[in-house]
Amino acid sequence: MTEIGLGHYLTLGAIIFSIGIIGIFLNRKNIIVILMSIELILLAVNINLVSFSIFLGDLTGQVFTLFILTVAAAEAAIGLAIIVVYYRNSGTIRVEHIDELKG
Amino acid sequence: MIAHSIFFYTFSIIAIVSAIMVTASKNTVHSVFFLILDFISISCLFIMIGAEFLGMIMLIVYVGAVAVLFLFVVMMLNVAQQKNQWFSSEESSKHIPVGLIISTLIFVELIIVVGGWKYKPDLFDINNSIEINNVSNTHSLGQVLYTDYIHIFQISGMILLVAMIGAIVLTFRKRVGVKTQSYIKQISRERSDGVSVVKVESNKGVRIDD
Repeated sequence: MTEIGLGHYLTLGAIIFSIGIIGIFLNRKNIIVILMSIELILLAVNINLVSFSIFLGDLTGQVFTLFILTVAAAEAAIGLAIIVVYYRNSGTIRVEHIDELKG
Repeated sequence: MIAHSIFFYTFSIIAIVSAIMVTASKNTVHSVFFLILDFISISCLFIMIGAEFLGMIMLIVYVGAVAVLFLFVVMMLNVAQQKNQWFSSEESSKHIPVGLIISTLIFVELIIVVGGWKYKPDLFDINNSIEINNVSNTHSLGQVLYTDYIHIFQISGMILLVAMIGAIVLTFRKRVGVKTQSYIKQISRERSDGVSVVKVESNKGVRIDD
């Protein structure tokens, strides 16, 4: 129990990933919380990559974590811009009110 | 080693609790604050495990840029006070058992993968570890990033550029009734548009019509 190994970090990543999935499904408030849940999922992926990279001694995982960070930042910027435009057009970003695509 | 485990459990418990609070808190601003706390604790874990550069970059990029962007948008859109309970309407609460089942399944699968990882040394050896040298994490990452991964590095820069242009184009709007500076009009102004040389006759004066 006192020896922190790779399994502990992977379990932490799994827990945070599952919390992100739960947040996407259970969220009834607005779309911004869904974007935050996506950030949590990407964070869990980063935890997995970094812990594998450290415990296996391969630096590639950290390099790919950098690229995931880049893509996450770009995705957050674009998603928030879309949310701002949608709010400007329709006046709400409540999840159950966004049903214009009838999906 | 005991200090390592104490720090690990502290930071991971903080991270998990704040991740739960991101999805569970009713106020969106509180969600953003818990997201910041989550990023900070995870970056502390990264620094503790030996990936200092990524921990610092996580602090700069996530806490300094992404979370503040979230905070700006939340405060700008006036959704912070949209207080409503979780199970607001009937048709929306139908998703909740499905979401719980799916996320529990994903968690169980990930834990199974972690358990299977225990037997990996029997399958193939992991002696490809990088040699211990007195080069810092940032130095070695830079050595790899700017040589082997230079193309992916450039492409990620292009992704950031496209995202920046896209965000500006999406949120840009032309307002009517606002006096703005038209630089195309300014730099395409000729001498003949502005100045005209007239010959002034005596006792007549010049008629200025504008």
